Parts: sequence; structure tokens; C-alpha cells
Amino acid sequence: MTAPTLLHSQVAVGDELPELAYPVSATTIVLGALAARDWRPMHHDKDFAVNRNGTQDIFINTPNLAAWFERYLTDWTGPFGRLQRVTFRMLGSIFPGDTMVFRGAVTEVGVDATGCAWAALDISVSVDGDTKTTCAARVALPITADDNPWDRRGDRWTP
Amino acid sequence: MSAIGLDDIEGTIGVPLYEEVGEFPVEQGYIWTTCSSVENGNPLFWDPDVAEEVTNGPIAPPTMVSVWFRPHHWAPNRTTTGLPLQVHFDLKEGLDLPEAVMSDNTIVFHEPVRPGDRLVTHQILRSVSDEKTTKLGTGRFWVIDVEYHNQRGDLVAVESYTGFGYRRGSQEVGA
Repeated sequence: MTAPTLLHSQVAVGDELPELAYPVSATTIVLGALAARDWRPMHHDKDFAVNRNGTQDIFINTPNLAAWFERYLTDWTGPFGRLQRVTFRMLGSIFPGDTMVFRGAVTEVGVDATGCAWAALDISVSVDGDTKTTCAARVALPITADDNPWDRRGDRWTP
Repeated sequence: MSAIGLDDIEGTIGVPLYEEVGEFPVEQGYIWTTCSSVENGNPLFWDPDVAEEVTNGPIAPPTMVSVWFRPHHWAPNRTTTGLPLQVHFDLKEGLDLPEAVMSDNTIVFHEPVRPGDRLVTHQILRSVSDEKTTKLGTGRFWVIDVEYHNQRGDLVAVESYTGFGYRRGSQEVGA
């Protein structure tokens, strides 16, 4: 029997998520781009990235960054956390050799009209203190140990 | 649809374009490859018992939703290279903006996507800005929505992209 690892009652505005630091290599970027089926050359061809895009190197693509943010969020919520929405703002690129650092904090908690409990968070990924992408996320959380946001469908799911 | 020029924008906004069925069904291998690429150990994607208990069977990571409609880089009998988010490239071509980046991306998640699903998508151009100059160059911002449904007609996600198509400082029009 799988039990929720994080209940809505355990979350409060201002709570901070554990920091995640990850050293980025060219492999990180190419693997992520191909996993996302993004064949565009600026994510695997340094010559193209530098001479056509004017960037310093190949860089992480947006869909793979989304996968990174999802991983960071669900590391915190466990499998019962169900994403409702995410909004990314790309401010800068992440290149081979960078160490990207994810940080996040809870900005709001609530229960919607259908009884679905949620937490809103501001998350960011930075390199050497410079924010590269921000992510405003809302995730549904169980209210009790026998509540499961994944059971919600139709009118009971209003993300 | 093809190149979207300035004269086409007004008539294009709000119109569903490029409705298509994904070239292949949602499949477990890509789920594992994606989870591996970001070291995502969520048991929903690795432990069938947990998936059965929590999500009534296996699902794909929600943020993978756009993966399932990106065309193969090559396919037999195809004469042009497939491009994801075709409206974005139509705008680049029609507005003669050789470079582009994505600045914002919002995804709202509805019904979970499951292995074996065959997603249907369409793209909708929502807006195109006046000409702007940023540190990258001079060009225009645009917003494109991509709506996804599964083969049962359930809405699975709506994704909104903000792109910036631009010309670098030294590039001439038509170059």
C-alpha cells in the first residue's frame, strides 16, 4: 500500500523545497533534447549554436527543462502530487559546464470549489546566482491519507 | 497553411491549424528515457504496482505532453523535414525573421496521458506583437496555443508558447 508522502495540511506558505544542484554536461543537454524529440541543432550542434544562434554553446531545450521542474516538484510531493499547471519564463540559457541549482518556495495554499487541495509555488533554476528560468507551478495534494488527486476527473478536476 | 505574413495575421488568430494525430502512440520507452534524462525516480513511472494503485495504471509524466506530437526527423515518402510547432516556423518564414527563441511556456494539465494513447493536437495563433527590439535583435513576440486530446476525445493538456522571432543586428532583411 502506497501512502502519500506529503499531505496538504503539512504545507504552509513560505515553506522552502530542498535545493537541487546538478552539474550540466553536453550529454545532459543532448540526452534531454533527444528524449523530448527536439531535433533542432542548437541543442546538439555546438557549431550551429555558436555561429547561427549566437549563443556560447548548445543549451538545454524548454521541454526538457519542464521535465526537470516536474522532477524537482514531485521529488517534494511524492507520487500523489498531481501537477495542475506550470508557467515557465526563460531568462537565460543553461550550457555545458554550468551547475544548475533548483530552488522553490510555497507562495499560496488553498482548496478549490470541488474540494481539491493545492499548493502554488515559485521555483527557479539558476547558475552562479543568475536566474535562468522561473516556474510558477500549482500542484494538487491529498487532504488526507486516503485522498488521491489522481482520482479526480471531469468537473472534479479544475486545474 | 504555410508562411504567415503580416497581412495574414488577423485572419489567422483564433483559427485551429495543423490538426493532426501523433505519428506514434504514447510509449513506455520514451517515458523511461525522459525520466532518465532528468533522473526522475517517481515510482509512478518505474513501479507498475504503484502506478496501478495511484493512477489506475501507468501514465506518462505530464510535462511530456508535447513529446508525443513531435514528428520523426525523417520518415519515408516525406519530402520536407518535420518541424514541431509549425505555426512558429510559419511566422518566422512569413515575417522574414531568421532566428527565434521561446520566452514563456504555460502548460495546464487535464486527463493523464497513458501508454498506448494516440494524441490529437491542433495549434492556435493567439497574438503577434508590434515590432520590438531586445538584446537579441529586432522582431516580434507571438503566442501560440497547442491543445491536446486523447483518442477518446478527453482534453489532456493546453500548452501556450510565447516566442520571439528576430533578426540579429547585422542581418539584413531577406538575407
